[in-house]
Amino acid sequence: MSIIEVSHLTKYYGKARGIVDVSFAEEEGEIFGFIGPNGAGKSTTIRLLLSLIHPTSGGAKVFGKDVLAHGPEIRRDIGYLPSEVFYYEGMKVIDLLKYSASFYAHDCTRRLHELSEIMELELHRRISDLSYGNKKKVGIVQGLLHSPKLLLLDEPTAGLDPLMQRKFFDLIRAENSRGVTVFFSSHILGEVQRLCSRVGIIREGRIAEISDIRTLQQNNYKKVGVTAAELNPAAFDLPGVTNVQTEDGTVRFFFKGDINTVLRKISGIQVMDVTIEEPTLEEIFMHYYE
Amino acid sequence: MNANIYRHELLARLKSVLIWSLAIAYLILFNFSMFPVFADQAAMMNEFLARYPRELRAAFGLDRMDLSTVSGFYSFIFFFVQLCLAIQASNYGFGLVSVEESELTADFLLSKPVSRSQVLTSKLLAALTSLTITNLVAWACSFTAVLLFRGARAYEPRTLLLLLGSIVIFQLFFLNVGLVISLLVKRVRSVTPYGLGLGFGAYVLNAFSGILGDVKLELITPFKHFDPTYIVQHAAYNTPLLLLNAAVTVISLAASYWLYIRRDIPAVS
Repeated sequence: MSIIEVSHLTKYYGKARGIVDVSFAEEEGEIFGFIGPNGAGKSTTIRLLLSLIHPTSGGAKVFGKDVLAHGPEIRRDIGYLPSEVFYYEGMKVIDLLKYSASFYAHDCTRRLHELSEIMELELHRRISDLSYGNKKKVGIVQGLLHSPKLLLLDEPTAGLDPLMQRKFFDLIRAENSRGVTVFFSSHILGEVQRLCSRVGIIREGRIAEISDIRTLQQNNYKKVGVTAAELNPAAFDLPGVTNVQTEDGTVRFFFKGDINTVLRKISGIQVMDVTIEEPTLEEIFMHYYE
Repeated sequence: MNANIYRHELLARLKSVLIWSLAIAYLILFNFSMFPVFADQAAMMNEFLARYPRELRAAFGLDRMDLSTVSGFYSFIFFFVQLCLAIQASNYGFGLVSVEESELTADFLLSKPVSRSQVLTSKLLAALTSLTITNLVAWACSFTAVLLFRGARAYEPRTLLLLLGSIVIFQLFFLNVGLVISLLVKRVRSVTPYGLGLGFGAYVLNAFSGILGDVKLELITPFKHFDPTYIVQHAAYNTPLLLLNAAVTVISLAASYWLYIRRDIPAVS
């Protein structure tokens, strides 16, 4: 069963574009990466799934139920972590978490303390006294304490130090291995690459591509580097070659197509070194934005 | 209704309720303690007041009020009690859902498994409870003041009950009108200017219609709907105005639900 099913979802804020005709589905147990720069419509999509905002047209289903008609029921099993967290400033951390837990039918006390321990949260401090990173940790515990079946993470790592980021990723992986479906929005591609099995790329409100993270890397450009004495970059003026750069006798370029044509070319040259690499997601991504 | 939202809202407003209640208690008890002096010097007092311009006396309803009677003097104080209650209720109305949005906690609350109407109902009931606490303080202080300071003078309990009984309807008007305005504007950045504006604006409008005589502006202000002078003089509410007041409240309430359920919660930016 698809956990998230978005079909032709469109949202305009007055005349301003939110998202346009976005469709995708996420299967149970997946970690789906949703990548795009700021303002591409990542948050809009997540806020529509939570029915914090209402679509202009199109619709979305979570757990097979329409998000507008069954909002409260759906949200019982959703954990949400926004990119910037804001809580009632006057409250203590523990009171906020207990308030959060009080919305769910089952007892969340044990999980609350487990998570607070993992995230090294100081439970008796006031929210207003917390640093940004610490507030974020409250957000993580708050989003996970009711053992949700679906996690909606909106640029969740902003403000976390690298150590906490790693703990957070471990936590997400552990949740995922229990069968929790994760929807992970980010503009940092490295972390999506580390965590996600499938990605959707959103650009100016529209889905640019949805694919397996492997295929995205494989069916794409290869990064080729050739080092040779007196090398003429023009030698690689082949169809499929882009981004040719020369640096200290090394010619680097991106290549898409039959790799044999490049290999034949290289075999005719007396080379000192050759590298052929997978591009990083970052580099693939830039391609969608060119 | 969600008990946890209700409790949370009630606690968040506790301090404000205490301050407003104390202010109103002081207003009633301190001012009414001067009643014996006023009553004894009634003739001089009325002569003194007669020297003020007619318009000014009209603005405070003093032209039709006899300060030497318990009801007359109390209704003069009640005028200012109404002003406080109006500002308090407007503040709660304007802040009811807009505070969550300006402090960006709306995302937290509305991503929980609760419907918008449950949220609004819980919040409204919590605000009504808060206002009722202040209301009860006003009742208690009014009776205490009258019993302590009336001396040998008679008073009509019916008038007092009518005045105090109007408080809850009066509060509901400002709560609901404040709420619906807060939902009609795009974003309420700060509650106080709006609350003061609505409460004080309605008050000034009534004062103006008093000065200018027969102007229909008074029809929209609850200060006219529940004019203490009218209630004292007639020992009854002005029924058509009472119904008009209730109608505005009910329409505001219905419109608030309609708007809030369809509202797009603004994102952090």
